[in-house]
Amino acid sequence: MNFMSIHIDKEKCIGCGKCIIVCPGSLIYQDNNGKAFIKYPKDCWGCTACLKQCSVQAIKYYLGLDMGGGGGYLTIKKEAEYLDWYITTKEGKTKKIRINSKEANKY
Amino acid sequence: MDFKLEELNTDILIIGGGTAGCFSAITAAEQSNFKILIVEKANIMRSGCLAAGVNAINAYIGKGETPESFVEYVKKDSEEVVREDLVYSIAKELNTVIKKIEDLGLPILKDKDGKYIQRGKRSIKINGENIKPILANAVYKHSNIKVLNKINIIDYIVKNGEVIGAIGFSLEEPKIIGIYAKVVICTTGGAAGLYKPNNPGFSRHKMWYCPFNTGAGYAMGIRAGAEMTSFEMRFIALRCKDTIAPTGTVAQGIGAKQINGKGEAYIHKYGKPTTPIRLYATLMENKNGNGPCYLKTKGITKEQEEELFKAYLNMAPAQTLKWLEHNRGPSIENIEIEGTEPYIVGGHTASGYWVDINRRTTLKGLYAAGDVAGGSPKKYVSGCFVEGKIAALSAIKEIAHKKTPKKDNKILKKYLKKIQQFFRNENSLISIEELEESMQKVMDEYAGGISQGYVINKNKLNIAEKRIDELIDLAYTLQAKDLHDLLFIHEIIDRLYVCKVLVQHLKARKETRWKCYQENYDYPKKDDKNWKKYVNSVYKSGVVKIIFRDLIGRDEFYEHSYR
Repeated sequence: MNFMSIHIDKEKCIGCGKCIIVCPGSLIYQDNNGKAFIKYPKDCWGCTACLKQCSVQAIKYYLGLDMGGGGGYLTIKKEAEYLDWYITTKEGKTKKIRINSKEANKY
Repeated sequence: MDFKLEELNTDILIIGGGTAGCFSAITAAEQSNFKILIVEKANIMRSGCLAAGVNAINAYIGKGETPESFVEYVKKDSEEVVREDLVYSIAKELNTVIKKIEDLGLPILKDKDGKYIQRGKRSIKINGENIKPILANAVYKHSNIKVLNKINIIDYIVKNGEVIGAIGFSLEEPKIIGIYAKVVICTTGGAAGLYKPNNPGFSRHKMWYCPFNTGAGYAMGIRAGAEMTSFEMRFIALRCKDTIAPTGTVAQGIGAKQINGKGEAYIHKYGKPTTPIRLYATLMENKNGNGPCYLKTKGITKEQEEELFKAYLNMAPAQTLKWLEHNRGPSIENIEIEGTEPYIVGGHTASGYWVDINRRTTLKGLYAAGDVAGGSPKKYVSGCFVEGKIAALSAIKEIAHKKTPKKDNKILKKYLKKIQQFFRNENSLISIEELEESMQKVMDEYAGGISQGYVINKNKLNIAEKRIDELIDLAYTLQAKDLHDLLFIHEIIDRLYVCKVLVQHLKARKETRWKCYQENYDYPKKDDKNWKKYVNSVYKSGVVKIIFRDLIGRDEFYEHSYR
């Protein structure tokens, strides 16, 4: 697979269209089956707004090879006031970082 | 393509629903019963600079500081060519708007006595990951604010020298909209993508400033003849290499020093450590063979590292992903840093509309606030709030007895013709992408981009001037196949106008005022005797006319003479 900015899993996508609404570049569109896809992958800023909107974790965020990406990826799950960030290495090892959106950063 | 034409009326039209725009709308809604319309090219939930979040409020009057000391700091850091009156007006309101955003739901780190914990003299720690949804939700609470998302504004409607509205098109259906208003507030942000970026290949949009901020507000103002200021004071950020993520979190947050490849601290070798000098020093260390340069983080505790992972996820998640996907982190390796491509952004430097104390532009009926407004560097997020507030308060006074302008269908038809032409350009020999890359290459090589170490001279700027004019002509021959192409084309046209004005500003300042931002090798020294002044410009019939203006002090009162 090519490294993508974001990659939307068509099997998981439920076609709710929320990612299409929030993308600050309006880069995500719906295909003929109502599934979301990124039409302009090179124009993705990497803000992860779409990942935060996706209720079924169909979207993964990868870094391009030209900026040091190595096939690992990020997914996000929202749980009440928490954002759970999952970073998975190319080897499949996952680290979870839980952030309370009501708490300020230490730095 | 067949386009539907639609005309709308409102009292206050706000173009751009970002930091300044949303705050402006909220202020106007709280202080008046006017109808307010925000028009946004994406969706205000996550549009603009703060889409991914922000990790600190960097303009705050901290303990022991005063609005006066804030002005002094900005003045010194910006080599004195700033609008002190504007900076002062921001400084006086910073803590009020910060309290307001806290009340709206932004978490700010506090001590046990409930006082904000500072990151620096003028900086406080927050969790700004969802600052945009917080702002958007506050906007949607007001019944007198209407929001139109996915509408790209392309020009103001100007009648008898007065801005009476704006023209745009929808990204969702073939529709051209003319919006008429008693007053217009421009809050479209600054301009990225003018120069070849740090990652010019697949990751071309992995930049620090929002790549969707393409200078629309500047360009519309330029085309309508508004006076602009200080475009030559470009902003070039010092950022984490490759991810182009902010560095303040590490530099200020944990006090990491800048070191070169030999492990030596180097900033002190280059004079007082202003923002441009920190960048310049890094550039010179690399040039002299002492690179790469780093923020020294090796040896920080695991606990600190975990907090940094979180802090970056809340504003620039690429950085945390980059560390963790390689099983690394700042405790085991230093963070390499580099300079970005130059941006035009009035929230960091002074580029933008020439405004009076109320943020009125030189065009009647038009205000500017936030990154698109010039004269006041280092306003950042909280300063953009203040400017949005100032503009809104003045605007509602101005229109108290004003009538809604009359609709004029001829204007819409004129734009319909212009827009349809892009769909008819079937024999275009160039692609939209090619034109964008050509513009960025010209600016990089001839107007002081990364490849030139940011340095400029007259001979190269003359080439840039000629090439940008050629590219503007070519841009009108581009073909649009769908509405997104139409957006891309307008984003390029807008950036080309910004480039055109920028090149003239760079040519006009015959000294070197700021290292890297504006380093003129024909005049490599700072010349206080002749150049403590603003370089302004007005565009008319294809020509950028340069105007020099005297500095305006903190307590002086400036009014537009020809408004």
